[in-house]
Amino acid sequence: MAMQIIQKKPESLTEKEFTYCPGCTHGIAHRLVAEVLDELGVREKTITVGPVGCSVFAYQFFNTDATVAAHGRAPAVATGIKRARPDLCVFTYQGDGDLAAIGTAEIIHAANRGEKITTIFINNAIYGMTGGQMAPTTLLGMKTTTTPYGRNANNDGYPIHVSEMVKETKGVAFLARVKINTPQDVQKARKAIKKAFLAQLKGLGFGMVEVLSTCPTNWGLDPASALKWLDEHMVPEYPLGVFVDKVGEEQ
Amino acid sequence: MAERVLVKGTEAIGEAAVRAGCRLFFGYPITPQNELPEYMSKRMPEVNGSFLQTESEVATINMVYGAACTGRRVMTSTSSPGFSLMQEGVSYMAGAQLPAVLVNVVRGGPGLGDIQPAQSDYWQATKGGGHGDYKLIVLAPSTLQEAVDLVSLAFDLADKYRNPVLILADGVIGQIMEPVTFPEFKDPNTLPKHDDWALQGAIGREKHVVTSFDIDPVVLEKMNLELVEKFKKIESTEKRWEEYKLDDADVVITAFGTIGRISKSVVTRARQEGIKVGLFRPITLWPFPYKRLEEIVKGKKLVLDVELNMGQMLEDVKLAVKDNAPVAFYKRMGGMVPTPEEILDVLKMELGR
Repeated sequence: MAMQIIQKKPESLTEKEFTYCPGCTHGIAHRLVAEVLDELGVREKTITVGPVGCSVFAYQFFNTDATVAAHGRAPAVATGIKRARPDLCVFTYQGDGDLAAIGTAEIIHAANRGEKITTIFINNAIYGMTGGQMAPTTLLGMKTTTTPYGRNANNDGYPIHVSEMVKETKGVAFLARVKINTPQDVQKARKAIKKAFLAQLKGLGFGMVEVLSTCPTNWGLDPASALKWLDEHMVPEYPLGVFVDKVGEEQ
Repeated sequence: MAERVLVKGTEAIGEAAVRAGCRLFFGYPITPQNELPEYMSKRMPEVNGSFLQTESEVATINMVYGAACTGRRVMTSTSSPGFSLMQEGVSYMAGAQLPAVLVNVVRGGPGLGDIQPAQSDYWQATKGGGHGDYKLIVLAPSTLQEAVDLVSLAFDLADKYRNPVLILADGVIGQIMEPVTFPEFKDPNTLPKHDDWALQGAIGREKHVVTSFDIDPVVLEKMNLELVEKFKKIESTEKRWEEYKLDDADVVITAFGTIGRISKSVVTRARQEGIKVGLFRPITLWPFPYKRLEEIVKGKKLVLDVELNMGQMLEDVKLAVKDNAPVAFYKRMGGMVPTPEEILDVLKMELGR
């Protein structure tokens, strides 16, 4: 019997080696996006808009035309591309510092306009690239390099719930919060990401998936403990779920 | 012959952009340039283009960045505080070598200032308003017809050099009405498509990347030097200026934009009184026509630089003039605009008459 290829690297990823730390889940999220682009057959009409942060090199990893936006401005850059070329598939890939702090205005207004773009939002509750500072999504009590005594609501405010804010905008066609720390969750995340792209490709509106993600390096945990920590601490603060789904059941 | 039509400055700039093949406009309201986005909001749907009122100037310039990534002609306009907000994005565009036309209808500053005409963004425009080593091509119209002509040129230069081009106008240019002749419509399909670098989907080819970023300093230095070479080429080929009655002049007025226009009236009135005055008006503020100005001022009695700011172009004028003639300066600020008589009085005082 002839050998059959049943699993291979998605065509939508380049041969470039990931620059992420051991145990970081960015790599899984990248692969899921690439698998979805392959499955939908849109690689050749997709534009990747990378952020500033750990995933600043996304433009090298995705095998599509790509650009790097200024910090937080990816939804605005994606809007410009999409308005110029509505026939293209445009997505942003952003972390929580990029999207939930400096880029809050851009993400809310892109969602509210029902901009036909897709956003993959990686929430790992910390600034990774700059060395583990407090993110707007950092949990109360969580120690970071700028909250050495733990995040204190009185001084630092509260963990920000981006999906819950985006949910209130009427331009959203698909919105879900997922995690990718178990094989089952990875499969669920993949389905959500596919729908977030379908929301765009079907012309329904803005699609976003918030991906609860790990940062073992800056959390000070080994990779396995980080996966567990995510369930124990992040999920209670950021409940999983599909908040908006105008895409409906897949054929 | 093409028809002459009476239009307001901001609308003249907008229509000129449409005729240059611009089908993408992003903008945020700020006085005194609101009639331009308003005009484009009406005009873009008529020509199958896209107009978007954005959430901020920060978002605006990044949308312009995105649209420019596709190789299509795109424009935005704003006024001074708004242009300050755009500087990060302008730097990214220059770094990523993206063509676009930006319009700054300058108003009084600093800070909130006021909404009257000023020229106090000259430094920001010509010396690099954002971070890093870069230059904008800066065009300063003094009449509406010139504004119309410079908008066409701006799009061509942006495409030619893959660099943002700035139309530095002021509140007078924005608000006056004058008859102009518009150029013919350019079909967007006949414009440069930038197939060699634009983001259009990697169909049957290697992926394209548009970025100002590279983590490797060896590579980034090469990117920086490539920009330097480009700026040198622009400096050597794209300087533009107007010379008015300079042949027999003893006195040279240097002025740009609206003040350049007012100074023509000064030249006329001075000559009626027997004072031989001429005007040197830079049209490209960057690249600045240093060499030509240096040639012109040799042997002159006086150079009088007049501006609506604290003396910003004055630095470039002095760099050009060197020791070849004495340089005097007259300014109005805060949105005040001098009359020709006022400038003539200053001129006479400087000449000891």
